Amino acid sequence: MNKRGWREIPIAGIPFLKSTEYHTGDWKVFRPVIDEEKCIKCGNCWVFCPDSAIQWDGESVPEPNYDYCKGCGICAEECPVKAIEMVR
Amino acid sequence: MQKVVKQKMMALNGDEAVAWAVKQSNVDVVSAYPITPQTIIVERISDFVHNGEVDIEFIKVESEHSALSACIGAAAAGARAFTATAANGLQLMFEILYITASLRMPVVMAVVNRAPSGPINIHCDHNDSMGARDSGWIQIYCEDAQEAYDSIIQAFKISEDPEVLLPTMVTLDGFLISHTLQNVSLLPDEVVHEFLGTRKVPRIKVPDIYGDREVPLMLNPKYPLTFGPLDLFDYYFEHKRQQIEAMERSFKVIERVHREYAEISGRSYGNGFIEPYKTEDADIVVVGLGSTMGTTKTVVDELREEGKKVGSIRIRVFRPFPRELLRKVLLNYDAVGVLDRGISFGHFGQLYSDLCAALYGAKDAPTMVDFVYGLGGRDMPPKLLKKIFEEVLEAKVKGPEPVLRIRGVR
Amino acid sequence: MAKGFVPNIKQLPKFMKENPGILPGHRACAGCGCAIVLRHIMMARRRPIVIVNATGCMEVVTTIFPYTSWEIPWMHVAFENAAAVASGIDAGRNKLQRAKRFSDAQDIDTNYDVVALAGDGGTYDIGIQALSGALERWHNFLYVLYDNEAYMNTGIQRSGGTPFGAWTTTTPVGSKIKGKPLTKKPIVDIVVAHRIPYAATVSPAYWVDSLKKFRKGLETEGPAFIHAFGVCPRGWRTDTKDTIKLSRLAVETCFFPLYEVINSEWYLTGPSLTIAKNPDRKKPVIEYLKLQGRFRHMFLPDNKWMLDKFQELVDENWEIILSRAKNV
Repeated sequence: MNKRGWREIPIAGIPFLKSTEYHTGDWKVFRPVIDEEKCIKCGNCWVFCPDSAIQWDGESVPEPNYDYCKGCGICAEECPVKAIEMVR
Repeated sequence: MQKVVKQKMMALNGDEAVAWAVKQSNVDVVSAYPITPQTIIVERISDFVHNGEVDIEFIKVESEHSALSACIGAAAAGARAFTATAANGLQLMFEILYITASLRMPVVMAVVNRAPSGPINIHCDHNDSMGARDSGWIQIYCEDAQEAYDSIIQAFKISEDPEVLLPTMVTLDGFLISHTLQNVSLLPDEVVHEFLGTRKVPRIKVPDIYGDREVPLMLNPKYPLTFGPLDLFDYYFEHKRQQIEAMERSFKVIERVHREYAEISGRSYGNGFIEPYKTEDADIVVVGLGSTMGTTKTVVDELREEGKKVGSIRIRVFRPFPRELLRKVLLNYDAVGVLDRGISFGHFGQLYSDLCAALYGAKDAPTMVDFVYGLGGRDMPPKLLKKIFEEVLEAKVKGPEPVLRIRGVR
Repeated sequence: MAKGFVPNIKQLPKFMKENPGILPGHRACAGCGCAIVLRHIMMARRRPIVIVNATGCMEVVTTIFPYTSWEIPWMHVAFENAAAVASGIDAGRNKLQRAKRFSDAQDIDTNYDVVALAGDGGTYDIGIQALSGALERWHNFLYVLYDNEAYMNTGIQRSGGTPFGAWTTTTPVGSKIKGKPLTKKPIVDIVVAHRIPYAATVSPAYWVDSLKKFRKGLETEGPAFIHAFGVCPRGWRTDTKDTIKLSRLAVETCFFPLYEVINSEWYLTGPSLTIAKNPDRKKPVIEYLKLQGRFRHMFLPDNKWMLDKFQELVDENWEIILSRAKNV
């Protein structure tokens, strides 16, 4: 990204980009894979993800968002039916 | 040209004059911590609030650092905020001074000039506000209670101007002005209300997040903004460049507000930036800030009676420093005596340093002599001032080189 | 006061999708417990909130210019003054609403809850003055302390919230002094001493309990304070996947009991209430400590006294809480 000049950025230090432009998913070594059969749609993975990287509508099988998932493994650890595997 | 309005005269000391200005200026939030010699400001405002004479949220904070912090919060919420302090209080809020300016919050603060500790001293000198001269605040130094009243009102208009959006510090000498009575002319409430209006929030573009739309620069759930991010070496400098620009733009706004105010009040202070006194045919002048320049006028008159061609210039706006103006004006004189009620230890007085920088390289630059005086409230009587003028008269024949003299110390 | 907010796991995702408050892409470490706390605060909103964030981990990771993770109005001023800035916003907002200022402006809304968010750094130590002042002045705001038990953002230096024995860079495990010789400052006690209407402790492992308390805090008229447990894999030397497990163990071992203090009356909640009624459920604190590298030195034979001392401190604290709790 070309860095903008002082006339082009807002005053008072106001940031002009949302962090969704920054894909922290690049950080991970392991990524969560959800077994749709085992999943009981309890929502634990969604509620415990530090990065809002589990997408869920409240009813279907959740879907990890690999753009932001850092591979911490909390979702796999907290899944009550061990439906999530951390895969390299 | 507006007609000068009819005004009410009250016997007020400098602090009370400030309190009255705040009362009339549609201020929403005051957050302040008492410190001599500012206490009368907060006490008087408290009287007004507790008597229901004005609807101000007065946050009785637990320290000056919190005082200015709360002002930032209030200003960011869209309110007009004011605080007042002196010496150690100003120093306690040091980091927040810089932050207020960088967040472009139009807070107005009265600083009742008092010597910084230690040893602890409650009397007047300028080292406190001088210590803040790099922080990004506009600084206006007042000579008397009337000017303090006038300048506080003007300060809100200057700070809130969308071209500026910088906080303003209005200073008045501790005890000498803050605690001495003067007949102060007060504008009617409605006139001040009309002059200032209530706080309007500027709108800015935040490209990418809000595209082309201009959104209010405040804490606002409709258009959320993030204030005070982490800046790294890739953008901090650009943000400072913007502040530099705002300071440059403030010259025009200060001049305009001073002029508009003069039209309704009938009062002006030189051209708003400097106030010359009997300088037209002077050979030498003495330059300074604050109440001492009142005494200086008396001494100029006396010396004029004796046939000496002297004058004085009071500098009113210290930041932004009116360097081009002063450079033009001071080249007319053979010698300039600078009265510094402060010292930057290890160098000269602060006004002297800033003036010399403004004059640097000018052909026919005058001899400049720095006179550090009055620290900790040490009196500057007319007799001593007269001697200073005489030294400056002598200096014009001695030739230019920076000189520091300390006057009034045993 | 409590209006019975019932967090529903099926409905929350819809709410959060429409109005996340905090976006992904922030730079918190993988497995950051404090980031989970942030999401839980967002889930408990009843109307828009404005956050004042003290300098620290959450402030830094969410706002690296030119990016921001916040979709709510947010302000950072300095390290020690979150409560003071929040006071200013509270006062400003009150005046604006009273004066019906901006009521005509289509693009301005002045209806929001004020939340001051600070770490243990900005609360226990440098921020305690501003916090005390704001509580005393009875401002209408919720103060959330996310406690990762050290000055993590600057590199894991000790704070008043660092527990006994913990390794930090300023309480290292040396040959003479091993870890922090002093215990954790009882911050909730200090806050409750101000006799504010609501204070509580939360652990992200018990999210229903947490959400209810955050909501109560937001609804409180006057000051409210919530002490949130924030696991830090980096500073605690724990596995990133264990964050919620540790948040659970802290409660199960009674190291971090869950309770609320409503008008100076103490009530245990959730698993802590269960343990109070069934003391055999209380787990030995060694279960909690053994997962953390910052306590590893305490497991050496010479340092067994430290494990004993830690258990002693936990038990003492638990007894004090039990004696205060009205529902035990």
